[in-house]
Amino acid sequence: MAKPNKDTLLDWYRQMVLIRRFEERCAELYQQGYIGGFLHLYIGQEATGVGAVNALRKEDHVITAYRDHGIALARGLDVNAVMAEMLGKRTGTSGGKGGSMHLADRDLHMWGGYGIVGGHLPLAAGIALAAQYQEKDEVVLALMGDGSTNIGYFHEALNLSAVWKLPVVWLIENNQYGMGTAVERASGAKELNRRAMAYSSEDGSGMKQGPRIDGMDVIAVHEALSEAVEYARSNGPILVESLTYRLEGHSMGDPQRYRTKEEVEGFQASGPIGRFREYLLENYKSVDDAALDRIDAAVLEQVNEAVAFAQASDDPTFEDLISHVYVD
Amino acid sequence: MADRPITYREALSSALREEMRRDERVFIMGEEVGVWGGTYAVTRGFLEEFGAKRVRDTPISEMAIVGAAVGAAMYGVRPIAELMTINFAFVAMDAIVNSMAKVRYMFNGQYTVPMVIRTTTGGGKQLGATHSHAPEPIFAHFPGYYVAVPGTAYDAKGMLKASIRDDNPVMFVEHSTMLQRRSEVPDDEDFVLPIGKGDIKREGSDVTIVTYQKGLEYSLIAADELAKDGIEAEIVDLRWLRPLDIDIVIESFKKTNRCVVVEESLPMYNVGAEIAAQIQLHAFDYMDAPVQRVAAMDIPLPYAGKIEAMALPSPEKIIAAVKEVV
Repeated sequence: MAKPNKDTLLDWYRQMVLIRRFEERCAELYQQGYIGGFLHLYIGQEATGVGAVNALRKEDHVITAYRDHGIALARGLDVNAVMAEMLGKRTGTSGGKGGSMHLADRDLHMWGGYGIVGGHLPLAAGIALAAQYQEKDEVVLALMGDGSTNIGYFHEALNLSAVWKLPVVWLIENNQYGMGTAVERASGAKELNRRAMAYSSEDGSGMKQGPRIDGMDVIAVHEALSEAVEYARSNGPILVESLTYRLEGHSMGDPQRYRTKEEVEGFQASGPIGRFREYLLENYKSVDDAALDRIDAAVLEQVNEAVAFAQASDDPTFEDLISHVYVD
Repeated sequence: MADRPITYREALSSALREEMRRDERVFIMGEEVGVWGGTYAVTRGFLEEFGAKRVRDTPISEMAIVGAAVGAAMYGVRPIAELMTINFAFVAMDAIVNSMAKVRYMFNGQYTVPMVIRTTTGGGKQLGATHSHAPEPIFAHFPGYYVAVPGTAYDAKGMLKASIRDDNPVMFVEHSTMLQRRSEVPDDEDFVLPIGKGDIKREGSDVTIVTYQKGLEYSLIAADELAKDGIEAEIVDLRWLRPLDIDIVIESFKKTNRCVVVEESLPMYNVGAEIAAQIQLHAFDYMDAPVQRVAAMDIPLPYAGKIEAMALPSPEKIIAAVKEVV
């Protein structure tokens, strides 16, 4: 695999900053009452989403759970439309009917965020089955939280993918907590990539156990996922675990009694965006603070424009309320 | 083309076979559908004709069977997912209710889900409390998909072909004790019945019996008995619980002014409750008697055949209910 060039790396940096600024604004808008329902922030996990999604080809597929803003933005969903969806406007990606947890764009093969833990995992297998059935050379990247590894859907979907050799990369974003329950309090296996062994045989058939990767390092994530995606394309399912950290609460209003301030601050200090910024400054002579600041400023402007767009957009109508229950 | 008498099972098999020959995107997935040939022998010979790509045995994983069918349907193929019995559909409830029924709406029409869940319902086979449910009304509660409940071979064939061709998800519920029932079925590859249309299975002027599947079979027997006493029952076979053909019910009721609803499901929050509510809403001035309901007793079903039968609807119970209203 060719090493990503400077422009590519700068674009990943832009994507990560976009996710961060976008979500910071969402948190404000939530506090101000413009965004309702649940709001699960991806802050802290940007390197995993950006590294993984950028390992896909355009025709490949991505599907995730309800912590989906970062994945949607990394996949290139229109920022205005995503913000409009957050605000429940008819210009939103789902016309205001999906909300924060249900961001999708059919044309970009972003199959959605899904609100029920694990509920999207068999859908990922099904999309891969449809690709295989139609003899398309495409891979499905299915992201999930560590919490979803303990629900029956996980077992059934991963096993089915192994039986049918479906081209799926199962990527566990281990952010250390399923809501407020630490991984070791919820899972018999602390290293979650070892779950793959349950669906593989001694002769090497079945699911491949992929690596446990540093999910705070976008380059490491991209490299591991690029290999995993090509493995899945040629051979079938593979399970990768990305070690990451959610710097905000599970959802808005989480009192976070399950972890210490010091723990969170420790991860903040080594956050993925600061780390990547330092990497770029150290390794590329032509990249300086001013250049990165210009990216930051452009992103901020884009987010401000998205908020303005969303706020100026129309609310959904009664006609919208009752449409798309069925195919007419 | 000529009609010929075939069984309900043959009707299902021929509907599946014809639609699979017609459309390469249609395939079957489920437990024991391939090598075994289907636990009710509906897909016997299919693996040989269509191959393992299109007749896919699955592990015992109902959540994944339905969920994977949803994902596949979203991406351009047309799965027929088989759940061996409706009792196991409870295991897949989330995939049915939160995925199959919702992905179109919550993504604002970006996706269509052209899939069918085939499953079997019904008690009366001494299978005990967990394997004898007839819970169709539960599944008909949710918008986003259709629920088919065919009661004859003719209907089974025309409704299954319609379900496979439709772009909406359909839960297609077959009755496990009716697979040997025969009726005349058109020998026509394009024989399809309209979705959401009920059918008058017997004309009469004294009472309307609204029913489906096993209730239909018993109601026809009851109607013959009632006729000996000079009571002519009109039997409305709903055929679909969703969309519900309430028009055919109301039209019949306005003629007879009396109604009995017969079903095999449990008595609380069931089809009878819905029909009774709609009749009083749409035809209050036509009511000459309260709507009567015949359903299973409000208990789990036991193993022992003699007491199991006591808990289920019967022609005798229908006759008694009719005599309450006429």
